[in-house]
Formats: sequence, C-alpha cells, structure tokens
Amino acid sequence: MKVAYFPGCTLKTKAKELDAYARKCAETLGITLEEIENWQCCGGVFTTARDEAATKLSSVRALKAAGNANQMLVTVCSACHNVIKQTNHAMNTDEEFAFKVNNYLGKGEEYDGSTKVMHYLELLRDVVGYDKVKEAVKKPLAGKKVAAYYGCLLLRPNSVMHTDDPENPTLIEDLIRALGGEPVVYSMRNECCGGYIALENPDSAKKRSNKVTDSAALAGADMIVTACPLCKFNLETNGSKLPIVYFTDLMAEAFDLKED
Amino acid sequence: MHKDNNAVRDEIIRRSGVNPRKCMRCGKCSATCPAYDEMEFHPHQFVYMVESGDIEPLMNSKSLYQCLTCFACVDRCPRGVEPAKLVEAVRLEVIRKQGANHLKADDIPALVTEELPQQAIVSAFRKYTK
Amino acid sequence: MQRIGVFVCWCGSNIAGTVDVEAVSEALKSEPGVVFSTNYQYMCSQAGQDIIKNAIAEHKLTGIVVCSCSPRMHEATFRKTAAAAGLNPYMVEIANIREQCSWIHKDMATGTEKAIILGKAAVAKVNLNAPLTPGESPVTKRALVIGGGIAGIQTALDIADAGFPVDIVETKPTIGGKMAQLDKTFPTLDCAACILTPKMVDVAQHENIRIFSYSEVVEVGGFVGNFDVKIKKKARYVKEDVCTGCGICTEKCPMKKAPNEFNMGMDNRPAVYIPFAQAVPKVATIDPNYCNMLKNGKCGLCAKVCTAGAIDYTQKDEIIEEKYGAIVAATGFNPISMDKFDEYAYNQSKDVITSLEFERLTNAAGPTAGKLLRPSDGEHPHTIVFVQCVGSRCAACAEKGKEYCSKICCMYTAKHAMLTRDKYPDTDVYVFYIDVRTPGKSFDEFYRRAVEEYGVHYIKGMVGKVSPEGNKLMVQASDLLANKQLHIEADLVVLAAAIEPDKSARPLATMLTASMDTNDFFTEAHPKLRPVESPTAGVFLSGTCQGPKDIPETVSQASAAAAKVIGLLAKDKLTGNPCVAHSDELMCNGCSSCERVCPYGAITYVDKEFRMPDRTTAIRRVASVNTAVCQGCGACTVACPSGAMDLNGFKNAQIMAEVDAICK
Repeated sequence: MKVAYFPGCTLKTKAKELDAYARKCAETLGITLEEIENWQCCGGVFTTARDEAATKLSSVRALKAAGNANQMLVTVCSACHNVIKQTNHAMNTDEEFAFKVNNYLGKGEEYDGSTKVMHYLELLRDVVGYDKVKEAVKKPLAGKKVAAYYGCLLLRPNSVMHTDDPENPTLIEDLIRALGGEPVVYSMRNECCGGYIALENPDSAKKRSNKVTDSAALAGADMIVTACPLCKFNLETNGSKLPIVYFTDLMAEAFDLKED
Repeated sequence: MHKDNNAVRDEIIRRSGVNPRKCMRCGKCSATCPAYDEMEFHPHQFVYMVESGDIEPLMNSKSLYQCLTCFACVDRCPRGVEPAKLVEAVRLEVIRKQGANHLKADDIPALVTEELPQQAIVSAFRKYTK
Repeated sequence: MQRIGVFVCWCGSNIAGTVDVEAVSEALKSEPGVVFSTNYQYMCSQAGQDIIKNAIAEHKLTGIVVCSCSPRMHEATFRKTAAAAGLNPYMVEIANIREQCSWIHKDMATGTEKAIILGKAAVAKVNLNAPLTPGESPVTKRALVIGGGIAGIQTALDIADAGFPVDIVETKPTIGGKMAQLDKTFPTLDCAACILTPKMVDVAQHENIRIFSYSEVVEVGGFVGNFDVKIKKKARYVKEDVCTGCGICTEKCPMKKAPNEFNMGMDNRPAVYIPFAQAVPKVATIDPNYCNMLKNGKCGLCAKVCTAGAIDYTQKDEIIEEKYGAIVAATGFNPISMDKFDEYAYNQSKDVITSLEFERLTNAAGPTAGKLLRPSDGEHPHTIVFVQCVGSRCAACAEKGKEYCSKICCMYTAKHAMLTRDKYPDTDVYVFYIDVRTPGKSFDEFYRRAVEEYGVHYIKGMVGKVSPEGNKLMVQASDLLANKQLHIEADLVVLAAAIEPDKSARPLATMLTASMDTNDFFTEAHPKLRPVESPTAGVFLSGTCQGPKDIPETVSQASAAAAKVIGLLAKDKLTGNPCVAHSDELMCNGCSSCERVCPYGAITYVDKEFRMPDRTTAIRRVASVNTAVCQGCGACTVACPSGAMDLNGFKNAQIMAEVDAICK
C-alpha cells in the first residue's frame, strides 16, 4: 500500500533518523511512504485566525497533491500533522476561507477538502493494525518501561483531531504494548512541553518540560517516547533524567532494523 | 465604550470566530493554562476584556507572546469559547501593523542553539511575525 | 342556515391596543349567517359571559364565534358558557386575535385587517359545524407507578391512602432508589435512611400497594382510564414468597466478586445478595452474571443452606398483565459518566470520585463503615477538593456534558464539605464553584454555615487538571477573585457530576407515547400550570424524570402527581373528546395508510358485509376507529388517499371553508 508522505522541515534536518526509521518500519509493515514532490514547510504551527489564508497554502497544496494521487496524507511529525489536519478541517467547514484559499490555487487546481489526513501512529492503529505490528516484532522490548508523551498537538483540539480520548489516550501505549514493552501511564503526558516558546523564553519551556519528565520519572518510566522533534528537544535540553526517543526508534529496535 | 474599541472588538471576534458571550466566567481556561504564570492577562481575562471592548491593554501586553497554542483551554472549556483563538486574533491585530513584528530576523542568531529544531524557529516566526 | 353571534374581546388593551375591535365586530356583521355582533372589554369575565348567554337566548343563536385569546386559554370557558345557555358546546369557535394577531403586530391597521380575516374564517367554519356529543369510557381504579425511589414511594403511598390500589414497578431488587444511598440530607442533615426506610416499610405493609421489584414495564396499550400493561418480572432465582430474608445464602455464597452497585462499585457483593439491610422486599436475588450454579452448574451452595427452600435455579422471567386507570413515571436519575472529563482523572485515579461515591464513603452502611478513607490506600485524606458543575452547564457545541444546571450539586457539596469539617477538623476542604446556587428554604443559610462556621474554603474558579502524582493528586485550578492559578496537593478529589434521566426513561416514553425534551426529561403538559401531568392523558410525572430536583421538591411533586391520579381514579366514567376521526366506509378502499400513521394505535381494519347492486352482498376490508383511543390528531385524514377519513369538528370541508374565507 502506498500513502502520500509529508516529512516536514525538521525531519530533513535535525530529525533525519525520525524520517529514516519511519520509512523503514513502514516498509516492514507493507506500506510505502511516497514523499510529496516539492512540498513546502507547513509553518510549524496552525494560525487559528479565519483570515489567515496565505500561511495555510503549503498545507493545502500538500493535501491537494495527495488527493491528486488518490492517497491519504501521512505525517510523522505531530506539528505538521496538527497544522495540516486543522487546515483540512477549515477547508471543509469554513466556506469563506476555502473560497479565498482556492482563489490562490488557480483555475482547475481547487482543493475540495476530500483528502484524508492521518498521523503515522493512527495509520498503525487504524490501517495496519497492532496485531500486524506485533507480528513484525523480532526483538520485543521486554522489560522496558516506556512512557508515551503525546504533548498537545497530537490530541488537541479534539473536535478537529479526533485522534483518541484527549484526556486519557491509549494510542501510543497500545503501540508500546504491541512492541513488547510496558507502557507507563502518567498524568502529564498530554500537557504542553512549551513548544516554540523555547526560542524566546527558555525558562517557560523548562518549567513545562520538567513537569512532564518529573511526572514520567515518578511513575517509574525508563524512557519517554514522542513523535515530535520539538517535544524531544524541549524535554531533552531541560535536564530530563530519562532518555527521550522517537517512537520510530522503538519500532526499529523491535523490528530489528537498527544497524549498530 | 469608545467607538473604535467596538470596531476592534468586532474585528477580533470576526477573525477568531469566537463568541465571547458564550463564556460563563468559570475560569477553567485559566485553571488549565500551562503558561498562566508567564502572563499578565490570563485566558479568562482575554475573553472578558475582548467582550467588553477593553482591548488596548491586551494589545500592549507581553501575554500575547506567552500563549503556547497548546489548545488546552480550547478543549477543556465547557462552553466551547476557545480562548486561545482570541489571543491569536489580538496578537494578529498587533503584529499586522507596519514595524510591529515581535520577532525580527536579526534577533534569531542570538536566540538559536545548535540543537534547536528548525520547527521552533518556523513556529515562532509564524506566531510573532508578519 | 346557522344563526351566528360574534363576540369580539378587547382583552383590556391586549387586543384593543393594536386591533380596532369596533371595526372588527362591525365588519363581521355582514358575514353569511351572522345575526349578531358585538364587542366587550373582557369577554371571559362574568359580565362578558352574560352578554354571550343573553345573545344566545335573545337571537336564537345556533353557533357563536368569540374573537379573543388562544383557544388553549379560554375555549373551555366559552364552551361552558354556551352549554349553560343551551347551545351545544361544539358550536363555539374561537378566533385567536391576541397571540396570533394583536401581540405580534405593532400597526393598528394591519392588526385590524388580520383580526377581521381570522374572524371571517371562524364564521365560515361555524357555518359547517354540527353539534357533537362526547362519548364516555369507564375507569379502571388502579394506578401504576414506574420507579420505586422516593418519588414513586410518595406517589404510591398517597394514592394508596386515598383508597386506590397501586402497583410499583422497580427494576432493582429493592425499592428506595438514590435516596437509600445517601448519608445525610440537606439542609436539616437528617439521616436519609432514618426518614426513608419507614416509608419503605409503609409501602411494604400497605394493603393497597403491590411491589413488583426486579421488574420492568415491557408493553403499554390502551388509553387514559384503561391502560393495558405488561410487566416483566425478571427471574431472581429465589421464591419471593418463601424467602425470609435471613441472609444465610449471601453469607455462604463462595462467589464474592460481583461489584456492589449499592456502594457504587467501591466494594464487592456475593452473587446472591440483598442490596442493603433495610431492603424492601427483604428478599435475596441471584445475579446470573456471577452465580457459578447458573453459569456452569457448579455450586448450588445457597440452595443447600437455605432452610426455607426458597432458592429456585429454574425460575424463568414472568410476564404479568394488568389494567390501570393511570400511570405515573418516576424513573429518576443517574450521575453522568465522567469519561469525557478525564482532565479530572476519574478514570486514572481511584481517589478521584463522584459525589454519590462520596456519600457511600461517609455512610455507616458503606464500604468503609462510614469512615472517610481514600479508596486507593485506605488512608484518611487531609486535603479534599470538591469540583462543582462537572458536566453541568456545558454548551452544546462543547460536545460533552449537559446544558442544564443539575440543581442539587451546590447543596450536597456544601453538605459534604460541612460534614467533613465537622467530623474531621484536621481536614482542609476546598470547593471550586462557578456560582453557588442555593434558592430554597434554609439553603443559603446552610451554605453560609459551611463557610463561616466550618471554615470550608470556597474558591470562585474552576479546576483545570487533576494530576495523579505518586499518592497525591495535584490539582491545578484558578482563583478568579485573587487572579491566581492555584496548585493544591490533594488526597481526594470529589466531582459533582451532572445528573441525567435514567436510561429506561426513553423507551418508557415511547411505550407511553409521552413526550420528552432533548435531554430525555419527560415534558409536562404545561410548564407552570400543569407541571405533574404529561401531555398524554392519564400519564403523570413524579420526581427527577421531569427535571433535576432535590428531595423536598421531589416529594412535593410526587404528592401533586398522586393528587392528580386520585382525581382521575375518583371518577366512574371519563368524558371523551368528541373531535375524533371516523371513516366513511363507502369511500374507504382498505389501503391501511391511516393505520400506519396513527400514533395511538386507534385504527384497526375489519371485514364488513356491504349491500351491492342487485341484492348481492360483498365483504370489504374497511378502517374502524376506536374513538376512545383516538386523540384527534388528524394524521389519518391527511394520509387517507380516498378522502374517507375525516375528523369531527375539523372536517375537511370546514378547514377548506376557513382557507377560502382567508383567501377571499
């Protein structure tokens, strides 16, 4: 099965391993991530204002490209996913906004809002199925206590994202279980790491991140997994005692795809 | 209330798609906000002050740049008010003015570190700069 | 040709302020059939009614039109007036020139023009009116009360005391409902059990009351005064008339892992159980989901230890059929699920509980024998946070919770907070509120006592997130008056969950053809003037199935519903509504369209012999209306393709005459 793939800026630079293992693991599971041609950066964060059309064009173009190929649009980075999914929602629910956006796209190039947007994790749950993931495991993560970190972007706003129960999700925990690990549930897993505030007010990001990592450590986790490079950065640089890894890393390890 | 304030308020309401009248003043947005202590005006105050047209103090406040856009207030509001969208709309009211960008390209080299992901810079620009 | 009188009411300035009443009565004088027309300040007053009566006699009127307020207001009044003057009451037509005219117009010319048109339409209809005589039906002098909580208990006792037999149907093995689970009751702090259980015993011992516990209503037919009801008595695998309630079986039962509903699942009960010590009936019930004997035939211990020989593993569900004159819905409420509010971590920590669970934790008969101990580790909590309005007052667009105020939470939370501080003065108690709503006798005084005498910390604000960290609950909240965000390290968090109607209410309403609102509360016939009656005749409402209410209010309403039932059952015969459908059998083609749309099941088809030309006969299938069941809604007249169905008092010809008069 082939799906359209939007890697995003950070997966091409600071988080190359996230991109590489995502592709490899997908292949193992019989899915090919076909990178969209000439994709442009999503902007990193969704602008909620209804009169912001230009800043959402890159997302719409990606959606259109996936639609042209009759494929669903898959992302690995939580931030890209959030921006693209919210943009898609706006295209489907805000007629005035959609009208303006389509005027940018040129005749015959209008986007009708029909592309399905999925995060890689949702793809694993809803398309591949955790049973199939389990079958692909060669080296189960036995004995590893793994804390899933969702942050905000995977889950919120729930009325648009509909990823999981936004207050008590199981999406990543179920994956950890399928990989043979032991998920550790802790209360701060859906609270913000500070995100882009790290640039201007690193203290604020530090406070947020410490709450998350302290909570996971107190719950007895050995490591934290995340899907977002910025989450990983914030949790890591602010003195986490626990290692922070991408979920694709865990998968690659369990699938025995790592070369070390 | 000054007439201009009304016009700004109406523009912010239109842009955000938020109806502040739905607020029942429960304060759950401010209870859930992770950036509360960084803010001079808190989410519930944004809602109340926009509704009453008292927008200038908000426009002059650093609180505009402390919101993390984490949508916790949006999801947990029992009235569906979506305060974060108001913060965004007020911020745009400020930074869309000529020369009012909160973050300038020249500021960046001093702020970035080797490890900081591109995503952070891109996002900050989108939030702080027009 | 009719001799019609027209009476235009001013309704003070209500009508006369926007309608030129003189012009209306003058204009209607020249309508066909009208022989008299006048106007008066208050037509519904005694003097106004005398004008009508005198005119009927003096002008030998055969029909009258009153141009006044809505027929819902005074149609009955003017029909009585006409009857008193010897005129058939169904020769009266009301033209609504108030609600549908004067109140919605500002301009006198427009208002007057419309009032004249409405008057003309009514005159056109009266010209085709025929005298109607309502039929009569007998009344079965027995009432059915559905639900055995405090509402159902009070209603049943009042009806039974008036001398009428009453059956209570309760789905649980015992009556008592939610009140039996409560510890103390606000604002007087009487022990709930102490005031409820005597009433339960009264019910059990009353010669006029039968209790069908562990039972449910499965079918309702018939109509006011004559309901036919099927009740399913679920198999409890214990012979009710043999069991002495000694409780030996419950002690000996080896399967003790069934969640105890009475204690909100906070402890376990045996597979054979009596919900609580004062249960009525005091009879054991075997839970087939947990009983090993019923599941795989391996056990049978309870039968062995039962000296009365009451255990019967072969018992089957039983259907009881009974006739009733009146039915009372008293199906009660439940707290809503906290699944959509897990920012409060209800599903993530045992120490986050609902208020009803808190009741059980403080109740001497509860899982902790009345000691306030944390469910997680049995330790005494020192800091307790109460959160108000969890799931109440939510906007529809928030896609969770209820839009209404649950009404009882402010008071029970004040009670919980006060009692905690009273019994455990070393405990810090916080209550987060949006508004404190205490309208009720001695209610605000009670809440103030919690604050002033007991030192409960009331904080205007809301909790945003509860984080279980180790054995603590980190509560992040807002204090709006101090403009601060608070972080409280709590041991126990209590959520005042919104309440919603019991899930059985919706299917019951369908069976009763009783209407409900979007929240599944039963709708009353009139929100102010008929609050305990359903719009469906013979169906009455008691307690929280009609809307959130506390115990005093529930009991008042329960007695009010009983009074209405007694008023109905005291009658030997009921006068029907003569405005019912009837079928012209010669025109009926037997298509069944009317039968399919009739919401009341009033139409059946019969094979009837008809005389045909040349002295032959033929059997034809034709519609037949049960006039006692027909409510006169008119759906059948619209569905009938051959025009055979017609509605007395609203015949197609009459309606068309009205339309013609309006369009003229």
